[in-house]
Amino acid sequence: MKALIDVTLKESILDPQGAAVKEGLLKLGYHVEGVRIGKHIEVELKDMDIMEAEGIIKDMCEKLLINPVIETYTFRFEV
Amino acid sequence: MKAGVVVFPGSNCDKDVFDVLKALDVDVKYIWHDGGKIDVDLLVLPGGFSYGDYLRCGAIARFAKVLEGIYEFSERGNLILGICNGFQILTELKLLPGALLRNKNLKFICSDCQLIVENNNTPFTRFYEKGEVVNFPIAHGEGNYFIDDEGLKRLKEKGQIVFKYKNNPNGSIEDIAGIINEGGNVLGLMPHPERSSSKLLGCDDGLKFFKGAIEFLKG
Repeated sequence: MKALIDVTLKESILDPQGAAVKEGLLKLGYHVEGVRIGKHIEVELKDMDIMEAEGIIKDMCEKLLINPVIETYTFRFEV
Repeated sequence: MKAGVVVFPGSNCDKDVFDVLKALDVDVKYIWHDGGKIDVDLLVLPGGFSYGDYLRCGAIARFAKVLEGIYEFSERGNLILGICNGFQILTELKLLPGALLRNKNLKFICSDCQLIVENNNTPFTRFYEKGEVVNFPIAHGEGNYFIDDEGLKRLKEKGQIVFKYKNNPNGSIEDIAGIINEGGNVLGLMPHPERSSSKLLGCDDGLKFFKGAIEFLKG
C-alpha cells in the first residue's frame, strides 16, 4: 500500500511562492483567489490494516516529514 | 578549553570557523558527522547545506550520529553555536524554538548585513555594547525566522533575542537574526560572524563574538 502525503505551510504563514505563482496566473488572465504551494510525499508500506497504517503515517509526519511549527499535512492511501 | 566544528556532508563554512578559532589560539578540531565524538567545551554547527537541504534545511542533520549525545551535551551547560545552516539544525533539533522559512522575496541573499546587539548578556555577546551595530554578512535562502505569538512573547520576556537586523532582509518576524535558548548556552544566528573576523576580509566585528565565548569558557 502507498501513503500519499501532502504537506503545506500553515494558513497563518505567508507563502511567498504561492503569492508569486498567483501573480503569474493573474497575468495569464485567470481569476484566482489564492495559491498555496506545498510538497507531495509518497511512502510505500507493507499491506496492513488501514487504522494501523494511519497511526504510522501520522507518527512519521510528526516526527520527521513535517515541521509542526510551520507546516500541516493531509494524507490518503492507495491500496 | 576545546572547541569542535562538526562537518556534515554539505557543510561549507566549517573551515572558516575553524580558522577563526585557530587564529584565536583555541585548541580546535573538526568532528566528522558519522562517528566523531563531542568531547569539547564549545561545539559549532557550521553553515552550508547539510545533506543537500533535503526535506527541510537541517531536517536530516538531526539524525547524524555525532548529534546523538547533543541534548546531554547541552544540559551539561556546554556552549553550542549554530551559524546559518547550523541555526536551522538547532531549530529542527528543538534546542532552539521556531523555524526558518524561505526568504520573503524568494531570493538567496548574499550581502553585508548590519545587526543590532539586543542582548549582550550572553557568553558570545558579552564584549559588545547593548544596541551596538555590527556587520556580519548573510548568505541564505531560508533565513526568514518564524515563531508563533506565544513563542515570541516568551522570547521577549526571557531576553532570548540576541541579534536583530537593522534592515530586515528576509521577512523575519520582529527582525530577528539570532536567538539563544533559555539556558543561555545554545545560540543560533543566520548571519556569519566568522566571515567578519579579519580586517583582511574587510571587517572584524565578529572577532569579539568568538572571543566572548572563549573567555567565558576559560572562566
